[in-house]
Amino acid sequence: MNNPTANVADTTAIADTLHKAAEGGDWIIHHVMNEPMFANDLTFFGLFPIPITKHVFFLFVVSFLMLLVFPLMARKYKKSLVPSGLQNMFETLIVFVKDDIAKPTIGKGYQTFVPYLLTAFFFILFANFLGLVPYTAAITSNISITATLAVFSFLVTQYGGIKHNGFFGYFKGLIPHGLPAPLLIIMIPIEFIGLFTKPFALAIRLFANMLAGKIVVYALIGLIFATVYMIPLSIFMTVAILLLKVLVSFLQAYIFTMLSGLFIGMAVHQEH
Amino acid sequence: MTLSLLLAFAKASGGEGGGGVLSPDGGLGFWTVVMFVLLLVVLGKFAWKPIISALDEREKKINESLQAAEKAKEEAKKISEENKVIIAKAQEEAQQIIAQSRKFAEDLRAEHKQKADKEAAERLTTAQKDIENLKHQALNDIKDQVANLSVDIASKIIRETLDDVKKKELVNKYISEIQSN
Repeated sequence: MNNPTANVADTTAIADTLHKAAEGGDWIIHHVMNEPMFANDLTFFGLFPIPITKHVFFLFVVSFLMLLVFPLMARKYKKSLVPSGLQNMFETLIVFVKDDIAKPTIGKGYQTFVPYLLTAFFFILFANFLGLVPYTAAITSNISITATLAVFSFLVTQYGGIKHNGFFGYFKGLIPHGLPAPLLIIMIPIEFIGLFTKPFALAIRLFANMLAGKIVVYALIGLIFATVYMIPLSIFMTVAILLLKVLVSFLQAYIFTMLSGLFIGMAVHQEH
Repeated sequence: MTLSLLLAFAKASGGEGGGGVLSPDGGLGFWTVVMFVLLLVVLGKFAWKPIISALDEREKKINESLQAAEKAKEEAKKISEENKVIIAKAQEEAQQIIAQSRKFAEDLRAEHKQKADKEAAERLTTAQKDIENLKHQALNDIKDQVANLSVDIASKIIRETLDDVKKKELVNKYISEIQSN
């Protein structure tokens, strides 16, 4: 590895970053990590700390944007049923979630779950896209957030299953019909674990995809530290990966919503 | 470098600093629950419900409009067909009326001509009759005049030249001649 400090040590900021780079990969972790921001001593009735960290702050930003965009959009429908401007874009996405995700995955009675799927879809979409903006953080690349979302999907799934099939009917329906009694000893734990692996996979998939994209971008920028002649290639590849991330941002929101819908559908219509 | 990155990542994920992306963070989870529940409640009431009902309403409206348009189209087709029938009927009627009036005019003309012809013929015959009568009268008048004149001439001649006997003979002869005429 060359020593790049000799070439570009103009500003202290760059020198600082390079210093970190020289130490190893710590600076990448520093960029994807959560960090304290305000109210570091805030606690939930003294039980556990709830500080406003960087990720909490951008969680607020995402929520604020959603609370701003969608009620305003809903108000526009009161004036006219014909959409205009940005309304067209969000309407396309709403209709997409409603007709192309909720309807085919859940089937009959899908209407009950459309608000949850819409909220989850746009929450992930807004968070993913906000993460692409410089100086922000992609909150979906934090496992605590994706895990919480997965817990919501899990709860909605159980609610749908129990409401539709009854409490005992739902848990009885989890086990396939006509199994010999000895097999039940194996099947009951397997199906029980299966309940939790589904949301676990949801959380890991979203988190890993979003984090991996971020790390790849920083790693490509890090090529510059190897030699300055890597700058053109580094920039080209970073832009390419960022464009790919635009696609992935949409795709992960779609996959999370689609799989949540699928799990809800499986719980509601157990005969399948 | 890869190894050191992984090591650093593992260190960060270990939850030592509490800021790792892989470590469970109770505070962040708490805020996520709070914000997500808020989003579900507020958006469910003020965004998704009105938007979806508006979309459904629009869908219904579009379907209704399409159906109404289809119906109107069919009705227009029916009306235009009816109009065609009416026009054809009217045309036929007009033709009939024209034919009728033509025939009527023809008849009228023929009648007038016949009447005129008859009148002319009548007038001709009366004229001929009058001419015949007048001719007859004129002839009779001429006959009378001739007779008078001849009597006058004869009497003049007789008075001057003939004797009684010869006078008588001549008178007889003329009388007989006139009678034979």
